[in-house]
Amino acid sequence: MSDQYLNMDLLRFTTAGSVDDGKSTLIGRLLYDSKSIFEDQMEAIEIASSNKGEEKVNLALLTDGLRAEREQGITIDVAYRYFATPKRKFIIADTPGHVQYTRNMVTGASTANLAIILVDARKGIVEQTKRHSFIASLLGIPHIIYCINKMDLVNHEEEVFEKTKKELVDFSSKLTTKDIRFLPISALNGDNVVNRSKNMNWYEGSTLLHTLENIHIASDQNLIDCRFPVQHVIRPQKEEFHDFRGYAGRIAGGVFKKNDEVVLLPSGFQSRIKSIQIFDNELEEAFAPMSVTMTLEDDLDVSRGDMIVRVKNQPEILQDIEMMVCWMGEKPLLSRGKYTIKHTTNEVRCIVKEILYKVDINSLHRDTEDKSINCNDIARIAVRVTKPLFVDKYNINRTTGSLIIIDESTNNTVGSGMII
Amino acid sequence: MNRYHLTHLKELEAESIFIIREVVAQFENPVLLFSGGKDSIVCHHLARKAFYPANVPFPLMHIDTGHNFEELYKFRDELVKETNARLIIASVQKSIDDGKVKEEKGINSSRNKLQTTTLLDAIEHHQFDCAMGGARRDEEKARAKERFFSHRDDFGQWDPKNQRPELWNLFNGKKSFGEHFRAFPISNWTEMDIWQYILQEKIKIPSLYFSHQRDCFIRNGVVMAKTSFTLTKPEEEITKMQVRFRTIGDATCTGATISNADNLEKIIDEVSSSRITERGGRADDKRSEAAMEDRKKEGYF
Repeated sequence: MSDQYLNMDLLRFTTAGSVDDGKSTLIGRLLYDSKSIFEDQMEAIEIASSNKGEEKVNLALLTDGLRAEREQGITIDVAYRYFATPKRKFIIADTPGHVQYTRNMVTGASTANLAIILVDARKGIVEQTKRHSFIASLLGIPHIIYCINKMDLVNHEEEVFEKTKKELVDFSSKLTTKDIRFLPISALNGDNVVNRSKNMNWYEGSTLLHTLENIHIASDQNLIDCRFPVQHVIRPQKEEFHDFRGYAGRIAGGVFKKNDEVVLLPSGFQSRIKSIQIFDNELEEAFAPMSVTMTLEDDLDVSRGDMIVRVKNQPEILQDIEMMVCWMGEKPLLSRGKYTIKHTTNEVRCIVKEILYKVDINSLHRDTEDKSINCNDIARIAVRVTKPLFVDKYNINRTTGSLIIIDESTNNTVGSGMII
Repeated sequence: MNRYHLTHLKELEAESIFIIREVVAQFENPVLLFSGGKDSIVCHHLARKAFYPANVPFPLMHIDTGHNFEELYKFRDELVKETNARLIIASVQKSIDDGKVKEEKGINSSRNKLQTTTLLDAIEHHQFDCAMGGARRDEEKARAKERFFSHRDDFGQWDPKNQRPELWNLFNGKKSFGEHFRAFPISNWTEMDIWQYILQEKIKIPSLYFSHQRDCFIRNGVVMAKTSFTLTKPEEEITKMQVRFRTIGDATCTGATISNADNLEKIIDEVSSSRITERGGRADDKRSEAAMEDRKKEGYF
């Protein structure tokens, strides 16, 4: 056995497409052709397909996990799928195409490095394409791959692909995403998914799987602005570690090194990093997104919710925060309403000061008149929080720039915010 | 690998440690469900890493069906001693003796389903507000939609259609009085990730996972171990076989695999070329297409 697994990394991606774009077929194809579907799973969906009277094996059944979904032939919730090649492990956040679309896609997109957006070669850009693209861009996904699917239904013609590609290039110039790629595929027949298509010799680019395996994701993390939100304080009640006081947390940005001069927020006290460790292993340096324990040279009062940062590179310390919010609650967002906010390891209360505008996610038009914010709406709002938070803009740091909003009467998560 | 880029195992580890610490920060009285299987062993290892040099700040709880393999009990007790862990044992036999559950009858009877009552009773008795478990989303399709932080009502039930959205690394563990949570720190790991991690970290696991000789018989195409509490039909012939276990559960419903893999490298080779999922050998999942979903809704792990 080789030690190849010690060189594998992890790519998280989300898939978006409207109901008939062949999204489930594409995922089924990726899993099937990369040999990630097992015999007993295949057997189970073969039986289920024939029980439903379907002639072909329905690969979409692989992704329908709940009884109600299989009965109604719909997908209700974000489902996570896993597969690996010798180069990479992949996590797919598979989001349903219709019910609660925005809410689910935002959830799946929040942790993704990459989005696959399916476009039907016969139809070109439709409203859904714009909506998916906007959400991917809003959620700061660094890479988008447009898969122009069903090429078999347009005779594998290069002109059709080029025309759709041009439309997409024009449209996507409005997005903030920098890395955008285009692929002609047929998910049904497996053309350019895992194996190269014999029907599209004019296409000289990589297959989808080859692209997924090789796309450069090492620079997707912010490794410049050092941010360490303290999650938990470790004080072992043991003789041998009598004076040990460790700050446990997951690095949210940057590279921390031993002896770095740091400042503690909110107190403003300065100190130096004495040690960085994972278990009994002492490190010279650590970077995002590692979970570590740090100790400082000075004995200071530090607790959960505090943040350790560099002296010369500090986040904004804000009590009035503006954000784009995706609303996920059943009850509408209340202007002047009070909610709980979770941001990094902090929990505060907030009051909604103003709803600035609502975004029509099909036209990207800003509506300043209709300010009723219901489930699946996206809006720009301003809130005031009970104590200052240490924040960065979401497009600079997806961890220190994001927050969730909780309804205090139901304890449900009702909104997700991206700080502007 | 680039100097500032994590391998998939290191990234998974960082995520799981973050979640375990988050459980300790957000709940007053958490517990780690410990079966002695590889997934719960990995969870315990991650918990030790998360709080070092302090002790793990929560106990382990074993829901003991009384029908486990001898090797497993021995392993469990050694691990508890070596790592200074606190262990709570909740006994299914006691639930039966107290008349809370009724033992299944017949040749395929198993105590697997009865565990749910024992688990919910133990959670209530010890007033645990969050029970962590080693379930993974790749195990079974109903698990693919499970959250890291999974909310349970007063009756310990899971409502898959009404789950809280979970975004970024922000976990909402808020609850009303009487409710509790389940948390699954290794949700994103696959069977292969677990084996690679056990090899990388040199984690001790029960000898049952390695190839050994054992009295077995075959039922419905699955190799089952003969124990003092498994019933066999007259035509089921008991023979010595060279086997190992891919998962370890109750001995009455866990199938063995014919295998010569007697070390971790060989196991990894075997798992990577296997065409059957690890739960393919679990009789409890074969009962119906939605068997796992039904058990989870009732409050199963």
